[in-house]
Amino acid sequence: MGKDMSFEAVMARNSEIMKNAVGIDYGEFETGSIAFDYERMMEETGYSLQEIEEIQGETGVGNTPILELKNLTKLARIYAPEGKGARIFIKDEAANPSGSFKARRAATACYHAKKLGYKGVIAATSGNYGAAVASQAAMRGLKCIIVQECYDSKGLGQPEIVEKARKCEAYGAEVVQLTVGPELFYTFLVLLEETGYFNASLYTPFGIAGVETLGYEISKQFREMEGRDPDAVVVTNAGGGNLTGTARGLIKAGATDTEIIGASVSLKGLHMASDSQFNKKSFTTGHTGFGIPFATWPDRSDVPRSAARPLRYMDRYVTVSQGTVFYMTEVLAQIEGLERGPAGNTSLAAAFKLAQEMDQDQLIVVQETEYTGAGKHIQPQLTFAKENGIEVLIGDPADEIPGENIILPKDPSYIDTEEIQLEKTRRSYIRNCIQNTDVKRITEEDLKFLIEDTKSNEEFVKSVLDEFGVEY
Amino acid sequence: MDAKKGDWVRIHNIVLEAGQRAPNIPEDTQNVPLELWDKGFLLDESARIGDKVEIETYIGRKMEGTLIEVNPYYEHDFGKCVPELFYIGRQVRNLLEKDGE
Repeated sequence: MGKDMSFEAVMARNSEIMKNAVGIDYGEFETGSIAFDYERMMEETGYSLQEIEEIQGETGVGNTPILELKNLTKLARIYAPEGKGARIFIKDEAANPSGSFKARRAATACYHAKKLGYKGVIAATSGNYGAAVASQAAMRGLKCIIVQECYDSKGLGQPEIVEKARKCEAYGAEVVQLTVGPELFYTFLVLLEETGYFNASLYTPFGIAGVETLGYEISKQFREMEGRDPDAVVVTNAGGGNLTGTARGLIKAGATDTEIIGASVSLKGLHMASDSQFNKKSFTTGHTGFGIPFATWPDRSDVPRSAARPLRYMDRYVTVSQGTVFYMTEVLAQIEGLERGPAGNTSLAAAFKLAQEMDQDQLIVVQETEYTGAGKHIQPQLTFAKENGIEVLIGDPADEIPGENIILPKDPSYIDTEEIQLEKTRRSYIRNCIQNTDVKRITEEDLKFLIEDTKSNEEFVKSVLDEFGVEY
Repeated sequence: MDAKKGDWVRIHNIVLEAGQRAPNIPEDTQNVPLELWDKGFLLDESARIGDKVEIETYIGRKMEGTLIEVNPYYEHDFGKCVPELFYIGRQVRNLLEKDGE
């Protein structure tokens, strides 16, 4: 290959490589300013919900059961005020072929890749998505490469990520493992260019549309079981796709009154691209290190315009501590007989507290579970934490300092959530839109777009624009 | 000789040297190289650990790197006993039992 493969040269070919690897001309939906036509992008490049149900049906994805967590509800009511304590339900997404809801995203991506004639798929992910793509690629007869950020400079790998590498290889995929750093994207581009494979990005319209069935099923199942839609759905939030897809599916089912609550594990103070802090965290996904940056700037992803736009759909956003999620993972096994997670149990930990604010006849849904296994389990993850100098304590999780300790709640009364002020998050998003496009005056379309993309109103958006001296 | 042609091996590469890292990343990360690991079948007739070799990955891609392991295997497991976890199950079961009385 006569091409210049230096870091700078490959990064400069980014948009050309991506166009070939995703098959979408994102330029078609751009306005040349902040705004782009999100809904048209989703419609023209994605699939209808009915098509996706068929696609996912072909490979056994979706239609996962919803389980009522009666013992957990009972436990929450011990701590709830009189008459409070909503019924808690969980959608057992671990029942998908690769053990998580990510199979939904991978199903549409792999179907699309096959339809367009690609020989293989590549995904950059250290999470369950890798296994999902590898599993779906196996079913569709596609080759698969997964690129993982896995080790620190001492060659020490997070057990959770190592396990996911094993699972990808079990499905016949090649796993490329790297040390910490965003330059993973360079290796990713080199591989896309070399192989000509499809970029099975988490953030394409088909990937996100794949999650819509999850929200749609929740509404359908609740109407069958309870005769109505749930009052609240709690979603573990990282890159924003889970929340976006689920919310869109609920809306498509007509469940427009259901509150959408995002939940992330708090990793406050830890830098995600830091080599020395990489193994100080005990969660590799579902945390604020992805949740906040992706909410305030979704277009940082591996495609020019991310289809995952969580602020568009989020009504509320809470965080929980690492110790709280580990505790709830143990509780789920001990009183509900379900060994799942741990990362996927972030929304479960939040729901336990949120249910206590709601009336007893209300319904709250934890919309996913994920498989558990060697490395990906509270014991190996806490063992790894201890080996990396993290203290494991029992006490008040409010005192937890990510990177220093993990505090398991002394009893369920210590389980709490912390509210993220969405006004601030929305403001940061608008600020990033302004700074990254360098506009001095926004268009009518931009204003409408910013209102929609932050689920806010004209007055709020204008107040932020005033603050940054941007004309409208 | 540590490995012969066709053996399943693990190789290592430096993608970016410490001085070549992206400018906007934390200093501790800039001070270390970006490293890469991959696995495949050895294409060289024979090799020793530390040799520069060529492999064919499981999906059939060819690549070069330094041989570091033959017949690599996973060592992750279910961790050690974590005594701090033992109170949880008993505690919540007791709470539910008491609540039922």
